[in-house]
Formats: sequence, structure tokens, C-alpha cells
Amino acid sequence: MTSDNDRRRGLLARLRGRPAARSRGRRRLGAALRLIAALTLAGGAYTVFAPGVQAQENPPLTSAAAEGKALFDVSCVTCHGRNAQGVEGRGPSLIGVGAASVDFQVSTGRMPMARQEAQAMRKPPVFTADQVDQLAQYIQELGGGPEVPEGDLRRGADLATGGELFRINCSQCHAFGGGGGALSSGKFAPSLRPASDRQIYAAMLSGPQNMPVFGDNQITPEQKADIIAYIQETLKHDQDQGGFNLGRYGPSTEGLAIFLVGLVALVFASLWIAGKS
Amino acid sequence: MKRRKFDVAAVPAKTAGAVDDRFQVATPLRKLLNKVFPDHWSFLLGEIALFSFVVLLLTGVFLTFFFEPAMTEVVYNGSYAPLRGTPMSAAYASSLDISFDVRGGLIMRQMHHWSALLFMASIVVHMLRVFFTGAFRKPRETNWIIGSLLFWVGFLAGFTGYSLPDDGLSGTGLRIASAIMLSIPVIGSWLTSSIFGGEFPGTIIISRFYIAHVLLIPGLLLALIGVHLGLVFKQKHTQWPGPGRTNENVVGERMFPRYALKQGGFFMVVFGVIALMGGLFQINPIWYFGPYEAWVVSAASQPDWYVMFLDGSTRLMPAWEVHIPIGDGYVIPPLFWPTVVLPGILVGISLAYPFLEARHLKDRKHHNLLQRPRDVPARTAAGAMALAFFVVLTLSGANDVIADKFQISLNAMTWAGRIGLLIAPPVAYYVTYRLCLGLQQHDREVLAHGVETGIIRRLPDGRFVEVHQPLASGDGHAELDYVGWVVPKKMNRLGALGPAIRGFFYPIEKPAEAPVSPGHPPVEPRTEREEIGSGEGRR
Repeated sequence: MTSDNDRRRGLLARLRGRPAARSRGRRRLGAALRLIAALTLAGGAYTVFAPGVQAQENPPLTSAAAEGKALFDVSCVTCHGRNAQGVEGRGPSLIGVGAASVDFQVSTGRMPMARQEAQAMRKPPVFTADQVDQLAQYIQELGGGPEVPEGDLRRGADLATGGELFRINCSQCHAFGGGGGALSSGKFAPSLRPASDRQIYAAMLSGPQNMPVFGDNQITPEQKADIIAYIQETLKHDQDQGGFNLGRYGPSTEGLAIFLVGLVALVFASLWIAGKS
Repeated sequence: MKRRKFDVAAVPAKTAGAVDDRFQVATPLRKLLNKVFPDHWSFLLGEIALFSFVVLLLTGVFLTFFFEPAMTEVVYNGSYAPLRGTPMSAAYASSLDISFDVRGGLIMRQMHHWSALLFMASIVVHMLRVFFTGAFRKPRETNWIIGSLLFWVGFLAGFTGYSLPDDGLSGTGLRIASAIMLSIPVIGSWLTSSIFGGEFPGTIIISRFYIAHVLLIPGLLLALIGVHLGLVFKQKHTQWPGPGRTNENVVGERMFPRYALKQGGFFMVVFGVIALMGGLFQINPIWYFGPYEAWVVSAASQPDWYVMFLDGSTRLMPAWEVHIPIGDGYVIPPLFWPTVVLPGILVGISLAYPFLEARHLKDRKHHNLLQRPRDVPARTAAGAMALAFFVVLTLSGANDVIADKFQISLNAMTWAGRIGLLIAPPVAYYVTYRLCLGLQQHDREVLAHGVETGIIRRLPDGRFVEVHQPLASGDGHAELDYVGWVVPKKMNRLGALGPAIRGFFYPIEKPAEAPVSPGHPPVEPRTEREEIGSGEGRR
């Protein structure tokens, strides 16, 4: 009977080793202690299992992305924050910008940025091509987004279509010769001269800085190939048929040339002719 | 068989005699050929304009053979691959053909454009010369007015000309021109629709501009240039004041042979410079602009330099709209002030300037002698002020290119232009005025004390003074009056170095022995130096 009772009694009572006719106060204390213990256990279990739960939703990073994350945590984290979530007033979140954006910004040396200013400048790139790929892979695995396709980016391109599309979509800012142009408040559209096929494609996809995004539903990949071909083959590699192009800045440098070259030469000629007497 | 002897040397005389027998031209021709022109390099600036106009006519005629002034749509199929298959106007297609398929077409097009820029540039520089030297004064006010009109007619010729190829840039310019016309109150919309034959761009504007550009405007230019030169002949050329030159004579070279030969040579030089620029420097690469489409506006779309000041005034103008509450309300757009009112004021001031100045100075005399700019500080300073105004506007017309290439904020450029437009002209006025007074002062100083010789003399009391060569003969400091002549400032102007060595790059004759300047014995070779010691070593 006693042992039955013992069995039915709580663990604590058995540990105490003696049946106790406890007061109501003691029983309440015990309940409270049990509650605290249960809560601690549940909390502990949560802390132990929670990361595991999240990892179940996001598959673990591939090795390239892990390399990228390592690079990110050294070079980018100051402004873009932990896990590329962004830092208020310093750098935007990179979740969802996609590999195309990383490809453009890092391979042109714009990122890491030297300082906060109107616009990031093109610089000699800090990272190698492999490192750029790793960073791009990390950002891509973090939040998805547009990616530059592999392979020849101007396969089967049509120069005439490319030219027309360039003049409609690009020349407003990058100017007819691709030399770039000014935007408001110190911002500018950069020259297209140093840009590679991949960088132009990435820029169209991601719309860096002040550039609008030209997604695949606005300009199809085939049309993008046309534009890239026009820039690379006509604007960059076409020799200027008319001679020295004066920087292709339009009539402003032509006006400068007529004064500095034409008129100066002729004034010297007139000095010479009038001096012959 | 006896051959008649053919005397070649007698042919010109005999031919001339035969011509004179029939047309009696010897007397008027002698008068013409003996006409005297004063010689100074600054008088050749107008000739640059004249000669570039001749080049414009020659190259322009060549271009008309191949240009098709029509806006009918064609599909380009010429040799420029990046535009093949693109629909465009016949005008643009034929301009591309001139550039790529007509033999010598591109250099002709480029020479035409460069000579147009040179024509306008030399007009402006010539005008500045005339202004700063006071050549516009009575009796030459008419020629000043004609000259000013030539600038504006040339402006129209240039605008209609660079609109003709119907490329993206020229279409953008036309769109702006139509907007300027639309901004004129009351008549704007009628004016625009009558010029464009309806809504912009219509289908007729290129044909209309073509006939204006190849017939009406060149005809007007030719007529104005004819009157301009006729008046120079009739009124005779002005000359610089100097020894033997008075208000009543002209000292210079006869028209024939010297002046004519020099001018013939100078024409060749102008032609050569234009041809070199046409061949070496690319101008208006229309193939990059593409055919004009209303939705295509490239960055760095500027007009040619002589229109750029209006572009600049438009960029600097704040967006002030004037609302007039009549009927449904009426708006004068901000574009009206910088592009219609401002040029109107500029034309008015430039045409009226000779009369304004004469009225202000109560000057009714004839003036055939020029003034040195330093002698009329107020006018020179006013001219500098106008020039500063023009330069600020022109630079502002290219402010996006400047902002981009020099990495300045475009907004800062606009504000610099606005402030500069108000500050730069008065500063230019003040600085120029002081410069003129300073130069005059120095001239008077030299006249009073003579030219600095560079010879330093040590006086017995140990002071050093520079020896001055007095310009007046006689004892020491006979002061000369300042009469507006060039004052020699260097000893070699006084013949101290002997005659100049002839030859352009290397002497073509043995240089003469430099004569010894009067009053100074020839310099003896230096005697051997003697060591000055303590005297110990000599013993």
C-alpha cells in the first residue's frame, strides 16, 4: 500500500525518500519549480533545434558560394551588412539582386566602392574573375535574381537592329557614340568603351546605379545580343571613316577644333602673308 | 618655205590691245588695278570668311549632285552595314550614300561642314576686329550693319544646312526650332504649322529647307557679300594710324600685282586648311546618329558652335512661365525669353551700336584711321563684356559635355553659368578697362623716357640705373605726344639689332654685320681675369 502510494507520488518525493504530508504551500512551490524547469527545457530545445529548422528551408551553400560568403564577410559586409541584408544609410540589401548585379559591379571594379559619392566609379577590379563568380554565386544562392547566361552573348546578332535599339534605349544617356553623358547632380552614364559583353549584358539585366533595368520582357536576350554587337563591333571597333573623331562629343568639340586648329592656323598664315612686303 | 616668226613675248600685250580695242576697258581697269589696300594681318580676317564662302559654294554644288531632298521613306541598302535594312528618309539615305558610296563624297561633306564653321568663326573674329578698332564709325556704319546681318544669315544657312541630312541630331535640332517658334505668343502655332506644313515634323520640311539652303540663303549671302565688298571698295579700307598715314589717304599696296597675288595665295592657304580639316577631322558623323525618329534623342545633342549660345541661354533660363488670364488663360513659356527675345535684343544692339556710340560721343566726323583698342577703353571694355557674355552662354550650351568629361556636377555647371552670366561681363569690363589704361600709360612712359635698353649703369655713388634710349632726338628728355601710333618698346624695333634676317625657317642670305648703335662704342673683348689675392703670392 505504502509502496503503491510511493509509486504514485512524485519523483521529488521519492528522491526525498520519505512520504511527506506536505503543506499546501510546499506543493505550490513545487509546481512553480516544475513549470520553470519545463520552460527552460523547451527554450533550450528550441535554441538547439531552431537553426536546424532554418537550414532545412535553405539548402546549404555550395562550396563556391561558401567561398563567396567568406569574401563577402571580409570585403562587403561593412556596407551591405551580415547576410547581405543591407545597412541603413550605407549600403542596400543585396537579397534578390542576383548574380548579374554582382557580376557587373565587382568585375568593373565599382564595388568595393572607394567612398560614398554620387556614383561608384569604374576602377581596376579588386577581385579576380573566379572570386567574382564566387561572390555572384553567394548572392545568387542567398536570394535569387537575374543571372547572365553563359556562352557567346552576341550569337547571331543583327547590327542594324542593334543600332536602332541602341539609339532608342541607350543613346539618351550614353550618347550616340557610347562615350557617356552627364546626369543630374554629379551622376553620369559611363563610357561604354571599357565594357565587356558580359558587363553590358549584366548592366542591362540589373540596372546598376541610375540605369533602368532592361529585363528580358522589355528587351529580349536576342535583342540584347544585337545591342552588344552594335556597341562592340560598330561603336568600338569601327574605325572612324571621317578621320580623327575629336572624342565623338558632337558639335562642341567640332566648334573647339575650328577655333583652335582652323582659325589659329589661318591667323598665323595671315600674319605670315601680311608680313611679306 | 619661210616660217613666220612667232613672238611669244608679244602675245599678252597684243591680246590685251585687241581686247581694249573692242571693249575700252583699259582706263577703268587701270584704276581698279592701281587701287591701294593697306596691309595688316588683321585686315585678312574678313578674307578668311570670303574664301571659306567660296569653298562652301564649290563643295555645296558638288553635294547637290548627289543629295535627294525628300522625306519619302526608303529602306537603306548601301554599303554601311550597321544601317542596312533600316527604314529612313530618302534625304538621310542619300546623305549616307554621299558619305560612303560617292567617290570623294565624305571629304566634300566634311569640307563643306568645316568651311561652314570656319565661315562663321571668321565672321565673328572679323567683326571683333572691326569693333575693337573702331572701323565701324562713320562713314562705314552701313557696312557694319551688313556684316551683322551676314552673321545672322550665315546662322540660318548653317541651321538649314545641318538640318538637311535628316539624321537623329538634325531632327533634334529641328524639334527645338519648332518649339522655339511655337513659344512665340499669338503667331507661334500658325508660324510653325506654315513652315512645317502642319504638325512637326510633317513631310515637307526637308524640301523647303533644301531650297532655302541652296538658293534663297546663298543668294542673299552673295548679295550681302557683294554689297559689303562694294562698299569697302567705294569707301576704301581703313588703315592704322602711323607715319604718313592720314585720314585723307590710304597707304599700302596696289591691287595688282602684289595684293592680288597675296590674296590668291591666301585663298589657297584657306582652301588647304579646310581640305586638311575635312580630310583629317571627322565632323558630324551622321551614320552614328541614325535616321531621325521622334523618340531618339542622344546625349550631347548640341547645335553647331554659332548656335550654341542660344542652347546655353535656354539651359540657364529658370523655368519661369508667364500666365496671362485672358479667356481660357494664356501661357508664355520660358523658352520664349532666351531664344526669341534675347537674340532680338542682341541683333538690335549690334545693329544700332555705331549710331549709339556716335550719339553718345557727339561724333559726326569721318573716320578713316583706326583706333588702337587701348585708346578707347570704354568701347574695348564694352566689347570684352559682350564677348564674356557670349562665351559664358556658349560654354553653357555644352555644359553637359563639360560636366561629364571634367567630372563636375551638371547642376553646378548650370548654376555656374547663371552666376557667371551676371558676374563675368562686368568683371571683363573692369579688367579690360584697367588693362587699356595700363597699356596707354606704358606707351606714354616710353614716349617720355625712352625705350629700356637693358644696359645697367652703375653710378659713382653706387646706384644702378637702366639706360633708356630716348625716342625723340635732341637733348635727353624731349617728350613726344601720344597720337595713337604703335610705340616701339624694344631696342631691336629701333634698329639696334640690324635688319632682320630674311627667310622663313632658315636664313636665305648671309646675315649682315650688326651695325654699331650710335653713341655706344663696339664692345671690346673681355680682358683676361686677374686673380685678386692678398698680395702675398706676388712677392
